[in-house]
Amino acid sequence: MPEARFRIKRHDPERDASGAARYDEFVVPYESSLTVLEGLFSIQEHQDPSLAFRYCCRAAVCGSCAMYINGRYRLACQTNIARLAEGAITVQPLPHMTVVRDLVCDMTEFFAKYEYIKPWLIRTSGTPERELPQSPEDRRKLDMPVDCILCGACYSSCPSVWAEGNYLGPAALLKAYRFEVDSRDEGGGERMPAWENERGIYRCHTITNCVEACPKRLNPTEGIQWLKRAAVRRRFLGKKK
Amino acid sequence: MAAEVRHHQLVVVGGGLAGLRAAIEARAAGIDVAVLSQVHPARSHSGAAQGGINAALANHPDGHDDSPQRHAFDTVKGSDYLADQDAVIQMTADAPGVIFEMDHWGCPFSRFDDGRIAQRPFGGAGYPRTCYGADKTGHYLLHCLVERAYERRVTMYIEVFVTDLIVIDGVCRGVVAYDMLRGGFQAFTADAVIMATGGAGRVYSNSTNAIISTGGGAAIAYRAGVPLKDMEFIQFHPTGLRTTNILMSEGARGEGGYLINGLGERFMERYAPKAMELAPRDITSRSIQTEILEGRGIDGKEYVYLDLRHLGAHKILERLPGIRDLSIHFEGVDPIEAPVPVVPSQHYTMGGIDTDVDGRTRMPGFYAAGECGCVSVHGANRLGGNSLLETIVFGRRSGAAAAEELLGRESEAVGADAVAAAARRTLADVEARVSTLAARGVAGDDPYAVRVEMKAAMKEHFGVFREAVQMRAGLEKLRTLKARCAAVGLRHSGGVFNLDMMRTLELEGMLDVALAVAAGALRREESRGSHARTDFPKRDDERWLKHTLAYLDGAEPRLEDKPVALGAFEPQERTY
Repeated sequence: MPEARFRIKRHDPERDASGAARYDEFVVPYESSLTVLEGLFSIQEHQDPSLAFRYCCRAAVCGSCAMYINGRYRLACQTNIARLAEGAITVQPLPHMTVVRDLVCDMTEFFAKYEYIKPWLIRTSGTPERELPQSPEDRRKLDMPVDCILCGACYSSCPSVWAEGNYLGPAALLKAYRFEVDSRDEGGGERMPAWENERGIYRCHTITNCVEACPKRLNPTEGIQWLKRAAVRRRFLGKKK
Repeated sequence: MAAEVRHHQLVVVGGGLAGLRAAIEARAAGIDVAVLSQVHPARSHSGAAQGGINAALANHPDGHDDSPQRHAFDTVKGSDYLADQDAVIQMTADAPGVIFEMDHWGCPFSRFDDGRIAQRPFGGAGYPRTCYGADKTGHYLLHCLVERAYERRVTMYIEVFVTDLIVIDGVCRGVVAYDMLRGGFQAFTADAVIMATGGAGRVYSNSTNAIISTGGGAAIAYRAGVPLKDMEFIQFHPTGLRTTNILMSEGARGEGGYLINGLGERFMERYAPKAMELAPRDITSRSIQTEILEGRGIDGKEYVYLDLRHLGAHKILERLPGIRDLSIHFEGVDPIEAPVPVVPSQHYTMGGIDTDVDGRTRMPGFYAAGECGCVSVHGANRLGGNSLLETIVFGRRSGAAAAEELLGRESEAVGADAVAAAARRTLADVEARVSTLAARGVAGDDPYAVRVEMKAAMKEHFGVFREAVQMRAGLEKLRTLKARCAAVGLRHSGGVFNLDMMRTLELEGMLDVALAVAAGALRREESRGSHARTDFPKRDDERWLKHTLAYLDGAEPRLEDKPVALGAFEPQERTY
């Protein structure tokens, strides 16, 4: 039976009051294939029941299990170890985030920033009895941003977030873009002040770590650049969108 | 651990589509409502739904004369006549309105050229009435409701793991939960509770469901004396990925995908010559299983192919991008270039907490909605596209009904002595259970071994085809496992994010639910919908046109009957 060697960054807030982290090694036998998430479950069930990690869908759609695996942002459930380089598999929580325990990060600030940009469709002119019409062409503009699973990988990867904790970060701004670009949305006037400021779009220096980090291959930077252009259009040309 | 008590007028357990929709409705009525969820609501299993949500919008050129009445007929026929017809008629009548509302709230449905919501054909439906957003409809609907819940400032307790109901004199007055981020147990008292925790797929080893779909909410209600209905009806989706059972949407066949056996035949022509691949899921899964059992799987093995190649890259990339990604990542197959290996996989729990059309259960103050409940609109077999609809329609209705019950009634604050005392008792009870488990420690039985054996037993003995001798053997295995479960030990105590404790606590509930499935399946001596018995191959309306109610009586289910609401559609033979 083949075996995989895991090297996992650990942190127990009750025992390691100093904040010091350690690495534990585990050898996981498996039959034909193994994802990192399956490896973590095997360790939790058979070797170390105290191991903590988030999980839910195991199909790359819920955004629970974003981690830093062999030096790259990945979803543990979507990462088959056959695709990783030989040798030990190093698993760390999302870097630059406060750790709750082991691989579980505190997402409070991440979701507070999401909420801050008013991530909901705003209508000022009311709604019809049936659907709000939207052309397929306008709908296609949503294809990229609506696929975001809020996993936090981009946020964790962004040097502007590391440098300025107040920065809203790529995920929240991508969500702002998702609504601003929606032909049904009329919330520009209400929402723009939340993202067009020093906490928002102007803090993005197009480093594009977020693009590389995204496990869904989305492009938050592109969304932020669109918002910058929209801000100019609206401020100087009096456009609504 | 210092326990504190929090009080809200209404507590909703579960932050998926049903729970969020219920909370939003109650909030709009001015109720102080809190959602308690084991995961952030945006991570709920609702988000894994792919193909779509049914509503007779009549947007599709081939469906211009579709109507809620026709939708109701298809649903009742699909249910093999076990659905309550008044409930189905209610759901299909509510459907267009709730879809338009989701659109007004921003759900990114795919569109026809004229700008209206796009619809596609789905299994068992006489008209193309499944509204969709590519093949990520659940994800889009879920994020839309999460966004609306933030907009409405719904209180959310995120990453709390509910273990028990607080009940006083037969009335539900809150829940007790493990606070995953802070550690320890906490009481949430309430004037009413809505359970919306999803299905129990993970009692099977071959499920498409999320890992958290363990039937927790149904098990908690069941233990508190609320009956479960029709638990023997377990849906097997025809197309789960061969190695992981990850879902390949019915939308793949709705867009024209073929099912192919080891001889290269489109074998569905033998089983459903008119509907072909778009026969309902029970029939399609049995057809695949029959091909496999008769040696016509691919290379004689236990799988067939879902072939999409003839649809072409353009259509696959536009309509089915999500399942293409899943197939590439999890099966190593690009559907544009090669057929996808698939196998019938546990997918949906038709049964659940017995409710009326407003989510009310037999326990005052206690409601249920979504997959953990059973209204019943799916009867013996759910049609694709009706589960997302159920969550939103009955989530909304239960939220409205609970709000109506609570409005004008003065919320009993924490100080209300009886409630506080009951909360303390329930807290003490769960803490004592945990202490007992912890005291056994490694000397106790291994909960993970029990879990694995339970899942394997359900797959082996209560699968697509069932038969008495085989089911009796399965029931015996489950009883043995239940006894072992009573002797398991915790390996890790206390602290935050204690997976060992949560997974051990949920195991007993999973076994209770599994036993309810098993007992109902063994008792029902007929074949109806998803419940296919080789020893009783015919539907028997004389004896079995009735629901099963399971009460937890000691360690075992006690089964009773409940009449089916008929009247609109006369039961007839089901052909497709």
